[in-house]
Amino acid sequence: MHQLQAAVFEPGFFTSPQVHVAVTIGAVVAVVSAVTGVFTVLRGQSFAGHALGDVSAAGGSAALLLGLTPLPGFVGAGIAGAGVMDMIGVQRLRGRDLATGIVLGAAIGCSALFLYLGTTTRSTTGATQQILFGSIFTTTPGTITAVAVLGGVALASIAAIARPLLLATLSPDIAAARGAPVRLAGLLFMLALAVSVALSSLAIGAILSTALLIGPPAAALRVTKTVPGALVTACLTGVAATWLGILLAYDSFYWGAGHQPLPVSFFIVAIIFVTYQAAGLPAALAARRRAATSPAGAADRDQVAA
Amino acid sequence: MTDHTRTAAAPEILRVDRVSVSLAGRQVLDEVSFTIGGGEFTGLIGPNGAGKTTLLRVILGLQRPTSGQVEVLGRPRSPRNQPVGYVPQKVLLDPDMPMRARDVVALGLDGNRYGIRLPSRDRSEAVRAMLHAVDADRFADARVGNLSGGEQQRVLIAQALISRPRLLLLDEPLANLDLRSGQEIIALLARVAREQQIAVLLSAHEMNPLLPVMDRVVYLAGGRAASGPTEQVVTPEVLTRLYGHPVDVLHVHGRVLVVAGAADEAAAAAHEAATAGPAAGAG
Repeated sequence: MHQLQAAVFEPGFFTSPQVHVAVTIGAVVAVVSAVTGVFTVLRGQSFAGHALGDVSAAGGSAALLLGLTPLPGFVGAGIAGAGVMDMIGVQRLRGRDLATGIVLGAAIGCSALFLYLGTTTRSTTGATQQILFGSIFTTTPGTITAVAVLGGVALASIAAIARPLLLATLSPDIAAARGAPVRLAGLLFMLALAVSVALSSLAIGAILSTALLIGPPAAALRVTKTVPGALVTACLTGVAATWLGILLAYDSFYWGAGHQPLPVSFFIVAIIFVTYQAAGLPAALAARRRAATSPAGAADRDQVAA
Repeated sequence: MTDHTRTAAAPEILRVDRVSVSLAGRQVLDEVSFTIGGGEFTGLIGPNGAGKTTLLRVILGLQRPTSGQVEVLGRPRSPRNQPVGYVPQKVLLDPDMPMRARDVVALGLDGNRYGIRLPSRDRSEAVRAMLHAVDADRFADARVGNLSGGEQQRVLIAQALISRPRLLLLDEPLANLDLRSGQEIIALLARVAREQQIAVLLSAHEMNPLLPVMDRVVYLAGGRAASGPTEQVVTPEVLTRLYGHPVDVLHVHGRVLVVAGAADEAAAAAHEAATAGPAAGAG
């Protein structure tokens, strides 16, 4: 048993302060992303979530350029971006994808500029890696409080508007006819989404934040048939993927002769990808079995899809 | 078939008073007026683009009329002061939506409230009773996205009814249903209207499936409306005035066909009436 443990957890995993910080922040970020992500996927706002990651990147790199820590930049830019996207979305639904894409492109351009200036004038060579691909191992313990408070605010906002949000997802007209606060719910949700994306930008990077936001909820939605079930499954999947990723990244230091740890974000995202594929297996197998047993099976499915 | 003595005595639930709507410079509704009483089943009939959806949205308070007003139970309509049940034409019920039929119905009970709800026995009992009332017990625990069009329509009707509205509006509920499912839904709605004394207003571009149960008709054409008992409204005189060109009404094997009066237009209108049945419409 002890040998197995030694083989799985390389020396110092449980005593390393960096690992403590990473595991704590990783869990908070995974839970906030999972809860926000379930609603994001249901509302079809994955693209907006991804764009907010890019907007966050611009904010984070600007903060580094100014000599600050990236978190305030991530959060500030994300919230500003969410506000702008909410305004665009409400006025013209059809223009939303286009506007989101243009904002996204501009944000990446700004990131490129800020990161270039940051790395050339301030010689913080790790800045690009830190902003785009995360800094969960190099985050200071003092950040934990800020992450927990921001995560709590995002979760509380979503809890407050969960029912109007779901009703509006089914049909905005039914929700409005019932007098549900559709407008407020949409705005609060965008703000919660911005905070959630900012937090996962800190953990696994602005560009990869979409993976943690969308991946565990998408996997959960494949295997559950209620919203509470999807929320719990997505949280467990997200936390498991994050912790396992942290462990593998820590262990990878001992894998090669060069003692060069591999990026934690890669492991987290890879685990999420595999989990998502695996979550689709039961349905795919059931469909194949149906098609094999009855020749009408395929026709039935076509009808359901139509 | 239709009991008009009852409709005369029914208490007034909905009053639409000279409602006009202009959208992007186009007059969509022009001084539309009618009333509906409790227990009445009213068909809102008209060709595509006649303004049916706009009229329903005005009644719901989702669209502000350019002039005129809507009163529900004698008070100006506002989403917060009286519940109006609504089944829109488009509802997002795709197979990925992680909701069972009973979850969708439960949202009709308190989907407008803030905060998270705790499971309660009263609540699940109310949902169970409502699903039973629309004959949806069988698929209460199925994912809504996997249900057939007729089954989804029952779930949405249950969701609209569970808040105990006095007025139920349905926008083209028969559009994507096969003939039999459509007839079942109509029978269900007629029973609900009678038993619970609810005023039902249902829009459709084809009136024939509704003829057996319809107490009154609101016929909409070119933004203008004529309302009353079906046999008084669906006449060559009234519809000719409404359409603004000669229109004939043919009775064929218990079905009513509205055709344009002029010879060259008659074929086109007859074709439209024949293809615009409840089974038509892109699924």
